[in-house]
Amino acid sequence: MATQSAEDSTTAGHEADGVRRRDFLNVAAVSFAGVGTVAALAPLLVQMSPSADVLALATTEIDISKVQPGQGIKTQWRKQPVFVRNLTPKEIAEADAASMGDLRDPETLAQRTKPGHKNWLITLGVCTHLGCVPLGIGDGENKGPYGGYFCPCHGSMYDTAARIRQGPAPKNLMVPDYKFLSPTTVQIG
Amino acid sequence: MSFSWARPYEPKHPVMRWLDERLPLPRLVYGAIGGGYPVPRNLNYLWNFGVLAGIFLTIQIVTGIVLAMHYFATTDGAFNSVNQLIMRDVSAGWLLRYAHMNGASFFFIVTYIHIFRGLYYGSYKAPRELVWMLGLVIYLLMMATAFMGYVLPWGQMSYWGAQVITGFFSAFPLIGEPMRVWLLGGYAPDQAALTRFFSLHYLLPFVIAGVVILHIWALHIPGSGNPTGVDVKEERDTLPFHPFYTAKDGWFAAFVLLVYAIVTYFAPDYLGHPDNYIPANPLATPAHIVPEWYFWPFYAILRSFTIDFILPAKLWGVLAMFGSILLLFFLPWLDKSPVRSGAYRPVFKRFFWLLVIDVVILGYVGGAPLNWWRTALGQLASAYYFVHFLVILPLVSAFETPDPLPSSISSSVLHGEEAEAAPAGQAKPRGGSVATAG
Repeated sequence: MATQSAEDSTTAGHEADGVRRRDFLNVAAVSFAGVGTVAALAPLLVQMSPSADVLALATTEIDISKVQPGQGIKTQWRKQPVFVRNLTPKEIAEADAASMGDLRDPETLAQRTKPGHKNWLITLGVCTHLGCVPLGIGDGENKGPYGGYFCPCHGSMYDTAARIRQGPAPKNLMVPDYKFLSPTTVQIG
Repeated sequence: MSFSWARPYEPKHPVMRWLDERLPLPRLVYGAIGGGYPVPRNLNYLWNFGVLAGIFLTIQIVTGIVLAMHYFATTDGAFNSVNQLIMRDVSAGWLLRYAHMNGASFFFIVTYIHIFRGLYYGSYKAPRELVWMLGLVIYLLMMATAFMGYVLPWGQMSYWGAQVITGFFSAFPLIGEPMRVWLLGGYAPDQAALTRFFSLHYLLPFVIAGVVILHIWALHIPGSGNPTGVDVKEERDTLPFHPFYTAKDGWFAAFVLLVYAIVTYFAPDYLGHPDNYIPANPLATPAHIVPEWYFWPFYAILRSFTIDFILPAKLWGVLAMFGSILLLFFLPWLDKSPVRSGAYRPVFKRFFWLLVIDVVILGYVGGAPLNWWRTALGQLASAYYFVHFLVILPLVSAFETPDPLPSSISSSVLHGEEAEAAPAGQAKPRGGSVATAG
């Protein structure tokens, strides 16, 4: 191809046309430098990611034996608040009564709790809107009109299954991975 | 780069001549902000605010560098290093800290006046589109710098501000949450986030200073605009920047600095939030969480989306908030009226003041606790903001009949003074320009 186009060329100076060895060397050199530069950027980007000590805080054990029905506790997992709530039969009934069509992020209470532990609602205490801690876990805090949680930042309202009912948040409060180690001990993460 | 009548730089002292032949830095300064830069003679006081913004940037850099000598960027130490060490122990630390805190607010006050000056007088129009766009880049950098600076004292508002603002990124589908975790270096704001915010808070003001140089460079190609919006045509339309505008900027800067000093000394916390004197607590959000006042209008736009419509409400809020600023980059092409100055645009002028009122309402709604009528008012005001730029401005520029423009800058200022100055009966009106003087 290169020879062909050089022969067809009518311009003076055959060096100016076609692919020369120097073109190849230029492309190779610039590509090599480009790949090298991108490779050099990698450590500058990955240094921002969570470090090993942050990732190591991935599991937490909590004792729930002291939490009476209708009460809740606030604990920490991965530096984020976790709400553990012992639902009353009335609250469970309210959560079960909600029709799926009214929910922005449809999930049943049973899907959000462990089998046989339907009264234990364990969620992150992080509003799915912009990450504030909703009110409603402590005694006397504003639980909002749906009896669950109320986020003071932008007015998101959650029901007794911590599902989003009104306000700007798009999702239900996140249920972290957890398991019951014993009837009174939960491991999160 | 300048008009043909711009005074050339002529160093008189042999040392200055020696320097000029080797490094013509004084020549550059003379041409940029000295006697060698001809400026329209009819500028009003709204043209002082660019220089004022430069002064406040300098104050922030100087006080900031000094504060960084005493600040600890650790989650255990940050709050006490600001509130104990700097505010009580360091000599004059309280003054430097309050000067820096209020300096940020004043930087935004003068910048907002500067931006609205540009909106009213059409400073974004050809040939100054890039001046406008570089100004918006500076504004975005200012917002990033101010936000990260507010996090550094690690009080309750610092912490929850960081949580909410980095939460914006989680609104984007798929990449949003990993991006938020990457930016914070964890799942919630913590040591990693504080340290990187401190690093960037120290860096960005110098980036701003660099873009300011580009902003001024781009401005000096066509030269400064003026309240009539009419181009400079001849030498008597202009005055040299020095001594005329250095004197005017100088006294006005002294006046604004006096106001700044009064606030810094007598009401240093007026513009701040008392909750930031409570140490950060990752387990409790303050009941009423608001950003600093200069972000309130944007916060109102963010909060005004409460219902999902195709996209989640949260994503709409974030897109609208970013969009409200990005939109301004397209302003030179949204407003196509050939008349620059709002002073000669009767319809535009009314809508301009409506926009000012709208932004004030957004600011009020963004700073106040939510209730049903404030939410509705915020939604209305947010909608108007976008309608103003995307619908009203293009329509007004298409249908409006502007008022007659003066034939030149000098004829708009010299209302027959030449005739007054001449002996009675001997006045010689110059043909054309006097007759059309507005």
